[in-house]
Amino acid sequence: MELVGAIFTLIGALVLLVASIGLIRMPDVYNRLQVGTKASTLGTIFSLFGLVLVNPGWAGKLILLIFFVMMTNPVSSHVLARAAYFIKIPLTRRTVVDKLKVSDSALKVKAD
Amino acid sequence: MVNTILTIALAIIILSIAITIFRFVIGWTTIDRVIAFDIMTISSIAMIGIIAYLSNRIIYLDIALVYGLLSFLAVIIIAKYLEKSL
Amino acid sequence: MKNIFITFLILMVVWILLNNSVQINILIPGLITAFIVSLLVCRQCEIFTDYKLTPKAFAYTIIFLFVFFIELIKSNLDVIKRVLSPSLPINPGIVEVKTTLKSKFARMMLANTITLTPGTLTVEVKDESFFIHWIDVQTDDIEKAGNEIVKKFEKYLEVIYG
Repeated sequence: MELVGAIFTLIGALVLLVASIGLIRMPDVYNRLQVGTKASTLGTIFSLFGLVLVNPGWAGKLILLIFFVMMTNPVSSHVLARAAYFIKIPLTRRTVVDKLKVSDSALKVKAD
Repeated sequence: MVNTILTIALAIIILSIAITIFRFVIGWTTIDRVIAFDIMTISSIAMIGIIAYLSNRIIYLDIALVYGLLSFLAVIIIAKYLEKSL
Repeated sequence: MKNIFITFLILMVVWILLNNSVQINILIPGLITAFIVSLLVCRQCEIFTDYKLTPKAFAYTIIFLFVFFIELIKSNLDVIKRVLSPSLPINPGIVEVKTTLKSKFARMMLANTITLTPGTLTVEVKDESFFIHWIDVQTDDIEKAGNEIVKKFEKYLEVIYG
């Protein structure tokens, strides 16, 4: 059981490594956010879940941490994406469609 | 055995934080830096968890919790500030 | 009333998880604190008003968490594949989808869920339109994109929050 937990933690660490590599490779802010949010959330969840298996006595606090990460991480990435769009950081040249630009009433509301 | 694997995992997480610091330094825009900071914090939570196990102190998990809360608030406030709605 | 009750329950669960024990001398301060805090904070909040306290809603919450977790793992395999392949196969864009959900809390949950599932990231929520950054755009039609992204979660949230 402890060994399984340790391997879970190792997988989580590798996923976190992928998150940081993606952060370097991706071409623009929004894609970096995509990779960063998803991979870092799952990496942390796996690492902490592995620790739950290694040491079941700490399960309470670790599960609290897992829930906390799961709740807050999408919120912060959403807020950052919004901020990036409203201060007009350009999308990458490989972007195929931008529906939000067409309905720019959102931008007008922010300009007030 | 378990401790060895956990130490390797710790090393990998520290490596990934180092790569993230690279993005933090070169990042073209402010938002890039904030993203790098956010991911650094999330990785640090996992790191603190592993260190807590290796040094066998449950109190470190509280530190991870407070650290995560503070960084969440910081990210929200920076985003608000950049949107000029603070 | 319902808001206060649910807030109280959440605070109590957090207290028990933090202390990691159910001894009476730890439970009593937690009960008092959770009661006072939920009364003070939640006098006029209405985020849980739409939550239905029925067994069916509870069962659907569990199923929803399960579906969500499977999608989370799938999305990560997808992300790992994209990041590690040398040609960086991305095709990003911002698409619009519409939701039929009425309650605010359900919309928030939907936005969070979309952010954590394969290749999508909520950029802006305006009334019933969600603007979603999609890492691999297959269609820019509102209906089709909606079927692709939100339908599978909407049916659960529909039952849970009405």
